Formats: sequence, structure tokens, C-alpha cells
Amino acid sequence: MADRISSRRFRQAYWKEPLIFELSEPGMIGHTFPSIDSDIIDMVGDIDTLIPDVLKRKHAPNLPEVSEPRVVRHFTRLSQMNFSVTQGTYPLGSCTMKYNPAENEFSANLSSFLWAHPYQDESQVQGSLEIMWELEQWLSEITGMSAITLQPAAGAQGEFTGVLIIRAYHKCISEECEQRTEMLIPDAAHGTNPASAAMAGYKVVVIPSDKEGLVDLDAVKEAAGSSTAGLMLTNPNTIGVFEKNIGEISGIVHDAGGLLYYDGANFNAIMGITRPGDMGVAVVHLNLHKTFSTPHGGGGPGAGPVGVVKELEQFLPIPRIRKRNDGSFFFDYDLPQSIGHVQSYYGNFGVLVRAYAYALALGKQGLKKVSETAVLNANYVAHHISNLDGFTLPFSKDAPRMHEGVISAEALKESTGITAMDIAKRLLDFGIHAPTIYFPLIVNEALMIEPTETESKEELDLMIEVYREIAKEARESPDIVKSAPHSTAIRRLDEYYAAHPKSLTLSWRIHKQKQQG
Amino acid sequence: MSWKHPWIPTTDEMRQEMLRSIDMKDITDLFANIPDEFRLGHDLDIPDSRSEIEVTNRILELGRKNKPVNDGRAFLGAGVAPHYIPAAVVSLGSRSEFVTAYTSYQPEVSQGMLQTLFEYQSLMAELLDIDVVNSSMYDMATSLAEAVRMAVRVKKRNKMLFPRTMNPVHLKVTETYTEPVGIDLELVAFDHETGLMSLDDLNEKMDSSVAAIYIENPSYLGTFETQVDEIAGIAHDAGALVIAGVDILSLGVVRSPGDYGADIVISEGQPLGIPMSYGGPLLGVFGCVNNRKLVFQMPGRLVGMTRTINEPHDRGFVLTISAREQHIRREKATSNICSNQALMAVQAAIYTSLLGKSGFRELGETILYHSHYAAKRLDQIEGVNAPALDGPFWKEFVVSFQGIKAETVHKELLKRNLHGGVILSDQFPQFGESMLLCVTEIHTRETIDELVSAVSDIMEGAQ
Repeated sequence: MADRISSRRFRQAYWKEPLIFELSEPGMIGHTFPSIDSDIIDMVGDIDTLIPDVLKRKHAPNLPEVSEPRVVRHFTRLSQMNFSVTQGTYPLGSCTMKYNPAENEFSANLSSFLWAHPYQDESQVQGSLEIMWELEQWLSEITGMSAITLQPAAGAQGEFTGVLIIRAYHKCISEECEQRTEMLIPDAAHGTNPASAAMAGYKVVVIPSDKEGLVDLDAVKEAAGSSTAGLMLTNPNTIGVFEKNIGEISGIVHDAGGLLYYDGANFNAIMGITRPGDMGVAVVHLNLHKTFSTPHGGGGPGAGPVGVVKELEQFLPIPRIRKRNDGSFFFDYDLPQSIGHVQSYYGNFGVLVRAYAYALALGKQGLKKVSETAVLNANYVAHHISNLDGFTLPFSKDAPRMHEGVISAEALKESTGITAMDIAKRLLDFGIHAPTIYFPLIVNEALMIEPTETESKEELDLMIEVYREIAKEARESPDIVKSAPHSTAIRRLDEYYAAHPKSLTLSWRIHKQKQQG
Repeated sequence: MSWKHPWIPTTDEMRQEMLRSIDMKDITDLFANIPDEFRLGHDLDIPDSRSEIEVTNRILELGRKNKPVNDGRAFLGAGVAPHYIPAAVVSLGSRSEFVTAYTSYQPEVSQGMLQTLFEYQSLMAELLDIDVVNSSMYDMATSLAEAVRMAVRVKKRNKMLFPRTMNPVHLKVTETYTEPVGIDLELVAFDHETGLMSLDDLNEKMDSSVAAIYIENPSYLGTFETQVDEIAGIAHDAGALVIAGVDILSLGVVRSPGDYGADIVISEGQPLGIPMSYGGPLLGVFGCVNNRKLVFQMPGRLVGMTRTINEPHDRGFVLTISAREQHIRREKATSNICSNQALMAVQAAIYTSLLGKSGFRELGETILYHSHYAAKRLDQIEGVNAPALDGPFWKEFVVSFQGIKAETVHKELLKRNLHGGVILSDQFPQFGESMLLCVTEIHTRETIDELVSAVSDIMEGAQ
């Protein structure tokens, strides 16, 4: 083990790779198209007149001229300077960076799926429709909700969709839309919750956490009233603990006339164990790019399906998939109460195929085993790291963690000056991605660690030992931690310089303008 | 034997050992915080676990129920379109280092993604002739919706003018995004002969409450808006912004929106090497002029160039000016967007790098030839009018039919193993029985000729 925890176990590739623009050589080409058929040229004649002068491009865009081999080498080199879950442990809290099965990629990349046009005749896309319909059924069962829409492209869009559905409920059913202007949101919630509520026109009322790090029931009681539209609850919450008072929270919100929204970002902990639909929840969203293993692509695409109770089905986005008696599928656009379209078409279908293949492979036995193992791994890591000198596990000490644990490095900072940021950077030197840091804000020097079920005990033990090693370094040779990372493609970058008005450079053309003064 | 799965690398023995080491007896102890009343007392009613072979067989079975349109026999557009994807885009874009990374929160180990996204932003900026492009939105429809909200924030005005010829679904998504905050959306009339915006109607609807005018170029109906300078002038004279929605692939031959004064530019990035994938994942391109008032109101992530803190100050890239975003600003953020379409932006960057300066021109001209050839040949058929509008067009055009329903033409084409365009008869009844055809580089003279002879055959049958 001693050998394995050495920071020499990892050294990221580094290429001093120019920008693609800097590789440009006049006259070089990277791709060609077939020459135009002579019959076509004869028939069409002079194309110069086809685009009116006022709309002709007078100067060719300043795009680089690079050969195909150089383009291939360029992006291959860049890819080598990018850490990913296929290379090593990536325990970013709240992000559920689990292994992305190769089978998912095979499935989504069948030409029958890639080359389906969204407006193709329904008779030619029955396979796509069947996948979406079946996935809806399964997600409905997994969440305990009555119906699902697959349209939202990401978790945040799922939240926005869900909040619009709550708004439609108050407009059409409770008829109190004018009066219900507030959305209650716990202070530990992800930033997308208040942002989504605000986009839907709501005033955000922040609910503080109690001394256990859970939603403060008294604060909910005080805040809930005739202007409450709903409460958005992340469960398990962002310190990784299940909100055991969800029954009471649900009761308070309902008594006030509001609806309970369940942020399923952390659903990886509860599949086959408990269901939002059984807890008095009206709307829930899932993140398929987390729980259902669809790759995150360096920032996206995701998929954020939304589930609702029976009464809210009428408000789901247009269109909805239906099954005919003969077993064929079609889209239903006749939904007068719907909140409308949230996407051009039906959502990120390519992501849905991956989630479908994943759910099919794991099935009822596997999804439950996923959650059990993810929770075991999170507890194992949280227990052993918080037992190291310098680390603690704040809030709800006796409650087991769910998908993740939030460790505080405050004690280490007090004794050595080493911060959560330093630890994050030093972890990179050992070939382990940093956890999410400084979130949630209720934990000082927060290290939010979510190992997921696809890390083995061996990998987890290694991670724990690396934390032990870094804590030791913090006491014995703090400079090496403060100046980390050392083994990555590049050393610590100047974020202040990046954002400063004088040096802010958001594109190659801005860079050139700055160079020319 | 206990239940095992290749994706869960923990044996029963390890599980017991791990439980012991954290002073737990049983897995169920870990769920102690979940009240008994909410524990699921039974298995989920979903299928049993399957082996990889079984999953593959099921996926292949479902795939056989689809008919892929990579044979150049479908003439469908209206938002996304079949375009050729170079093999190098597929190969590089599927490298797991890009595919299986999260958002680049630790820039020192994520320079590959960050530099690629900076290049994406820069390449789009050159095509669009606009300085700042973010690192992606979900699709063109949500780009438009966010652009409208941004214009309203920047201008503190509440009205938005749209051309009646715009993509109707983009308008619907914009309605969903703007209705809760009460933005007033109005449509400007158009000339039915040419597809051009009616400047009289525009002037009539223009007032000091207008935050922006939207120009779609080419429009949903395929025709170019040639009065771009006049429209931009009207907007700017009234202190309003111009939002332009363009076909990004056309910009090798068509004037850039930055050149005619657009303040915010949006596009659908799908033609840049991204499969249609039944409508998603797509790529929302979103840019604006380099004016702090606008840039700091922009939604979405931005990658910026910077340098290492310590000398020798190596060049590097980071996510920047994120004080606009939800994870910092929460309810005061410019948007709730978090996950975006980064991998699609990677594919678009690779595609644009390959095509380069001459490739965009070559492709733009190829499409111009193909679509005009198709229109000219179709127009020779008795009872067919192609294009049905007189205005100049590039990739898509309206074709109208006399004496037969567009729906019938569509069905007859399907019987001949061809797929016509989106039927417009309901969306734009003023053109009668009509459809919107889309012709690109993947259509050949042979497939276009087959379409023409099929339509001719169908029309003859209808007489």
C-alpha cells in the first residue's frame, strides 16, 4: 500500500498544445465533399445569384486551416489532459460519478437511433418510442409517481418543469396562483433550486437547517402559509442524510395548501428502498446522468425526467407518448392544460437510450444492490476519513450517511493552515479526483465525498490512505500541499486573472484584440 | 451463490468486512433514517436483471423497429437536419476522456476539456462574427428563450417582437419560459410572396417597451430575410436589441449576424457533426457582443484563458465569470442552467476544425446546388410549386401541391421508400397543401431524382 499511495503513482500527460488557430497553415484542408454532379450544375446554373448581395459572406470566416491528421493529434492530445471516470476515482459529491458502462455507448450509437429524425413518420420510429415508453413505466415505478415526462434536458430543466407544474396546479386547481407567490427552499439545497423557482416567477423563502443539518421543522411551520406554492426538498439532502421528518414536512406544506417537490439528484441512495411517491410528494425529478450512469460528457448532456402524481398529469409538457391497443406508440399533442414545450423535441433521446440499457441490465435486483452498495461505500469512506486526525463528520453524528458524506477539514485548517482547497488540489497528485468542496455552505471547509457503488474496497482503501497521507503532509511538509498539484498537466491557475476585466479573454478573437492593444 | 453484477465490484465477503469496520451489522442498518412507513416492502415491479448479451439483443430488436435516414432518402429538416458526420468527429468525440468527465471544476486535471471548449467558443465566434459565445445551451429553442429573458433584463423592457415566419416550436418553448414572468411576445406579419418581414407592421408594433427584435435567417420557411440592415436599424434606433437566429452551417456563404449588427446570436449546433438522435442531445449555440452589460447577463458557462499563478505563467483555461451562475448567485442567477451540452460542443469544435475556412464555403455551395436542383426539378411537375415563396433560399424550401393533400403525398412517398418534408398545411395554411423540404450534402443527384420522379408519379395518379 505504501507504494501505491505515493504521489508518484500518477502523472498526467502534458502537451504544450497550441490552440487550433495557431496550427493553421494557409491552403491546408481537413475534409472534402464530393464534386457537384454535372447535371446539377447544368440545371442550377450560376449560383452566384442565388444569395442576394446584401446577404453574401464577403470575407471567409477566420477559421483555421488544418489537416485531418493534425486535427486528430490535437484533440487526442487534449483528451489526454483530461481526467475522467474511466481513468480513476471521481468522488465528486452530488455528481454521482459512477462507471459509465460500455454497453450504454454501444446502445446509443446504433445508427437506427442516431439517424432517426424527430419528425419522421411514426411508423419508422417505433423503436425509439418503445424505449421512451418503457423507460417512463420503469421510472414511474422506481419513483412511485403516476406519470413521467422525459423531456427536460438536465436536472435544472427538470426542476423548472416541475415548478411550472406546481404553478399550473395553483392556477387551474387550487385557483390561488396570484396569492401563492413563494417557494420554500432549504439553505443546503443546490443553487439550481432557487434559480429554477425564480425563473418560474417565485419569491424564494430560505429555510434554515437545524443543528442536525436537517430541514428545521419549526422554520417550515413558520414560513408555510397562504402564500406558499410549495417546498423543494432534496432527499437525501446535501450532507448525505435522509430527511427523516419528510412525513411531517409534507404534512405542514399540504396543510398550508402547497405541494412538495422532491429533488432526486441524490436518488442513487434509495432505488428499490423507498419512493418519493409514497411520501406525499407531488413532483419529483431524476438526473439520469447521475443515477442511471449516462456519461456526463465534461458538463453535459444530461436528462432530467419529471414524475408527478395523478392529479398533475394533465400539466406535463407537450407531447406525451401513448400506447395504442394494437401495441404501437404515438405522440399525443392534444394537451390543453399542459405547461407547454420545454424542448424543441422530446428530450435528450441519446441519453435516454443509455439509461434504458442501464436499467435493463441491472433490473429490480441490480438497482437495489446499486443503492445498497453506494450507501455502504459512502459510509465506509465517511467513517474512516472522519476518524483521521484533522477531519470530522459534522451534523447528525449518529445517522448513517446515504450516497455521500460531507467531511469538514476545519480542524486540520486550524492546526496546519491547510484548507479544503489545498486538500482537493493535493488529491489530484495521487490520481484521485477531488471531492466537491465548500458545499453545502453549512459545513466549514467542506469535502463532499460521493464514491458511488462502482468503486471497489481496494479503491476506497486507497482513497482513505491518501487522505491520511495528506493530513500527515499537512503537519510535516505543508508546502507540498499548499503548492499542489504537482503531477497534473498544469499547475494551479489564476482564476482572478481569468475574470479580471483587463485580462478577461473568452475567445481567440478577444485574445487577438488584446494583443493588438 | 449470491447475486452479482459486473458493474458492482464488491463481493459479499468484502461487504461484511466493510460493515464490520464501521460497526454496522447489516446493510439495512444503513437506512435507519428512513421511517418504517416509507420503506418499500417489496421488489420494484420492473424487469429482472439481464446479462449484456440479453441487453444487446433487446437493443438490436428495438433498433430494427426504426428506419434510419442515413441513405439520403428523407428530406426532413425543420430544426435539425441530416448532415454527414466525418469519421474523425465520431472517433475523437467518443474518447472516454471527454465522454466520462464531469464539469471541469478542477482545471488542473481538466485542461483537455477546457481548451476544447475555449476553442469551441472561439470557432463559433469566428463563424458568427461575434466576440463571446458560451460553452453551450440545451438546444436552439432554449437558447432563444434565454436570449429573450436576457434582452428583457438588459433593457428593462418587457416586449419582444418575432417574425411570423419563425420556427413555431421555438416560439412555443419561448412562451413556456417567458409566461411566468409576463414578457409580452408579439408576432410581426410577413409578405406571403417573399417571406420577408413586413416593415410597416414592424414599425407599427415598435415602441419604447420593445426589448428586442428577433431575426431568423434563414426563416423556418427556408427564405432569407434580406432586410437585416433595415430591421437592425429600426431596433437600434428605438434602443432595442437584435437577436439573430441563424443556420450555423450556412455561414460559409451567408453574411454573419455579427456583421449586420446582431447583439445576441443563437443557433442550432446539430449540423456541426452531431447526430439528430431523434431530436436530442442537440447543441444550443449562444453568443453576444463583447459588452459588459450583455456578457454579465449571459446564461451558461464560459471558459476563459488564463495563466498559472506562479511563473513561468503557462497558458491555461478555467471556467470564469461564474458569479452569473446558479451555484453562486442562486435565485439571482442569470439562468438555472447547470448541466449543458458540453460533449456536443466538443464534437462541433472538432467538426469545425476539420472543415475549416474552405470546408464551410464548399459545403455551403454544395447545399445551395442540391436544394436548388431539387426545387427546379420539382417545379417542372404539373401541380407542384417549388419553391412556393419567391424569396432566396439555401437549404430548405416550401413546396406546395395543387389537387392533392400534402398528407397524401407524404403517405405515397413512404410507400416508395422515401420521406417527404414536414407538412405545413396546418402551421401555414396560406400556402395551401404544402411541405417544407430540406436538401443537404447527404442527398445525391440519384436520391433527389428519385424524389422528383416519385412526386411526379404521385401527382399523375391524383389527376
